[in-house]
Amino acid sequence: MDRLKPMNYFQLFALTPSFEIDLVELKTKYLDLQRAVHPDKFANASERERLISVQKAAQINDAFSVLNANDSRAQYLLELAGFELAHETQTLKDPMFLMQQMELREALEDITSASDPEQALIDFQAEISLYINEINNQFVTLFSRNDTDSLTTAADLVRKLKFMLKLAQEALRVEEKIFAY
Amino acid sequence: MALLQISEPGQSSAPHQRRLAAGIDLGTTNSLVATVRSGEAVTLKDQQGFDSLPSIVHYANLGIEVGRLAKEHAISDAINTIVSVKRFMGRTLTDIQANYAELPYVVSATENGLINIETRHGKVNPIQVSSEILRPLIALATKSLGGELDGVVITVPAYFDDAQRQGTKDAAELLGVKVFRLLNEPTAAAIAYGLDHDDEGVIAVYDLGGGTFDVSILRLSKGVFEVLATGGDSALGGDDFDNLLAQWIYQESGYTGDHSPALQREISRIACDAKEHLSKHDIAPLVLDLPCGSRWQGEISRATFDALIAPLVKRTVMASRRAVRDAGIELSDINQVVMVGGSTRVPCVRERVASYFQRELLTSIDPDKVVALGAAIQADILAGNKPDSDILLLDVLPLSLGLETMGGLTEKVIPRNTTIPVAKAQEFTTFKDGQTAMAIHILQGERELVEDCRSLARFELRGIPPMAAGAAHIRVTFQVDADGLLSVSAMEKSSGVKSSIEVKPSFGLTDNEVATMIKDSMTFARDDMDARMLAEQKVEASRVLEGLISAINDDGNLLNDEQLAPIRHAMMMLEQAVQAGELALIKDAIAACDEVSQDFAALRMDQSIRQALSGQSVDDI
Repeated sequence: MDRLKPMNYFQLFALTPSFEIDLVELKTKYLDLQRAVHPDKFANASERERLISVQKAAQINDAFSVLNANDSRAQYLLELAGFELAHETQTLKDPMFLMQQMELREALEDITSASDPEQALIDFQAEISLYINEINNQFVTLFSRNDTDSLTTAADLVRKLKFMLKLAQEALRVEEKIFAY
Repeated sequence: MALLQISEPGQSSAPHQRRLAAGIDLGTTNSLVATVRSGEAVTLKDQQGFDSLPSIVHYANLGIEVGRLAKEHAISDAINTIVSVKRFMGRTLTDIQANYAELPYVVSATENGLINIETRHGKVNPIQVSSEILRPLIALATKSLGGELDGVVITVPAYFDDAQRQGTKDAAELLGVKVFRLLNEPTAAAIAYGLDHDDEGVIAVYDLGGGTFDVSILRLSKGVFEVLATGGDSALGGDDFDNLLAQWIYQESGYTGDHSPALQREISRIACDAKEHLSKHDIAPLVLDLPCGSRWQGEISRATFDALIAPLVKRTVMASRRAVRDAGIELSDINQVVMVGGSTRVPCVRERVASYFQRELLTSIDPDKVVALGAAIQADILAGNKPDSDILLLDVLPLSLGLETMGGLTEKVIPRNTTIPVAKAQEFTTFKDGQTAMAIHILQGERELVEDCRSLARFELRGIPPMAAGAAHIRVTFQVDADGLLSVSAMEKSSGVKSSIEVKPSFGLTDNEVATMIKDSMTFARDDMDARMLAEQKVEASRVLEGLISAINDDGNLLNDEQLAPIRHAMMMLEQAVQAGELALIKDAIAACDEVSQDFAALRMDQSIRQALSGQSVDDI
């Protein structure tokens, strides 16, 4: 894939690198791009063009999935700024936050045995999305400052965001159980 | 002079020539071929006027028989007559024996555990048998369209894994046919109904065939078809309706004498006729000539028949319910229900399905043909005959792909439901000092343990420079194309030393097995084989030339004269090679064209990306 110089994902979608992007616009552009490069458009083309088409389409799919989700978009922005989080072994050093995580996890476990589990779960999910929103907002502010200290803190926020999203995932699993799908 | 012809702007060698394309429904029980004629998709009929070909292959004393001729031998020469080979595609012998206990075939396993069937023509595998089914269908399309096909679309069940998809594609390629695309059967049915023109929606596809039942839930959003869930029963179909009815007739007739295979076949035929009669009438007359010379006459009402098959229909509804649940949607989210498969003509099936989904069913297209028709429409688009079409089918990976890690666990590299094509890389390291090789085991499936997943391929990366444990960086890259087919490469990249290997897990056969198979498929004499290869290379050469001519016409301005000159030269050389008619010369010239046009192709792709985006911003203004 060396020949296809890896375009910055934001450039690929002609978007300004930012945490706050218009997801509807992203999706529209994504589909326009796929319409232009998808291998189905090259069913009759030469092997070379088909190969390039598959690679481009794969790259666009990857770019879309990275930019479409808050956590991966935030992580990608930090990567562009020189903070590699993808394969890190560094752990979060924030005892307060980790304590809160443990409490939230316990709360989630207790929900199935609550007197009104449905309501308890709805409340829990609302609480989590509040935390997630708060992290997102803080990220926007810190990231815009663009100095090393702020970016280092922003990287911690992405780590926290991952914790929260995982918790939201687990809440969905509890939801499946409670509502007995 | 050829050079002048090429460089003249605005001229192309074959303006708006309609390309020949066909859609093929390679079914478990029956197979069909369809094409688009004057804007309408139609199935093609053989000389006897049939458009469905029983998916049965008989390895006879003299040659190979396919379809109705083969069906006649399904009982008398069962050992040499392969029925419903689709069940065996990409499956291991162990798998098949566990699922189908009483197969009448002499079977053995390939080196990789896949099935071989011993016939009087020697060992055959499911890919070869499938290509025998495709052969008459492709011949029919070629004859009916009046020329060699530019390509075909073949449908596969949505749940088919990599090995099953690869096997299907290889079956066509054994015949030298280009496969534009493998298309999921439920998606094909939805396309036949034109549902891809809708903007958003959830579609249920209920497919009850002769021997199998499949239900799929699809989501369509802005041109993307996503398979949300699939379910069904691989041993439930219209044949089971016939069997129940046959049993009933046998009991009603009061016959207790000898139970010959001929009588059984006769009762089955009467049952099948009665079933079809009951789709249009309330009562079906029954007449059975018994071996004792007497004749039994009776009748069956639709109500009696409905009661007989009710438990089977209920099973399909339960499977549908489960698929809806697996899809994580509410019943009310479903906008359309598409009916596929001959058995959906049975009124009681339609009633039960409509009452479960609580909506009207789409039944206006012949349920036996709907999948082939959808495939034909897609083939026509992919052939380039509908340049204005903006349909885009983005499929998703049906099952997760991963690698074996320590302790017999799988690590997912690409999760299911990822939009394809996709490329993902994962890094691994060595765990022993001085380790110079690493075994890579590729798996497909959702389960955690290796033994519960399907093994797609194994290969070894050798030549890793000896280093301390954990110091080597081995990057394994998975690439899945638009058909859902995988290729994997591995590379050791530390200390600048690189080595890489590329595997195509294919159908799990070893290279030797593949070579033998291809040789076997060539029933040509040596000269014929050369002629065939020359013809294929000539077709490829004209494809390359045509592509470059239109590329230069459209985007020649991306290059200056200095950059264009070598491309034009290579094209001229290729034209000369084709005229000379020498195989090796043509091959080399094609490779040369490819080499000099690499940058041009990349530039063109980048330009179409820019155009796609600028079109967008113009719309915004």
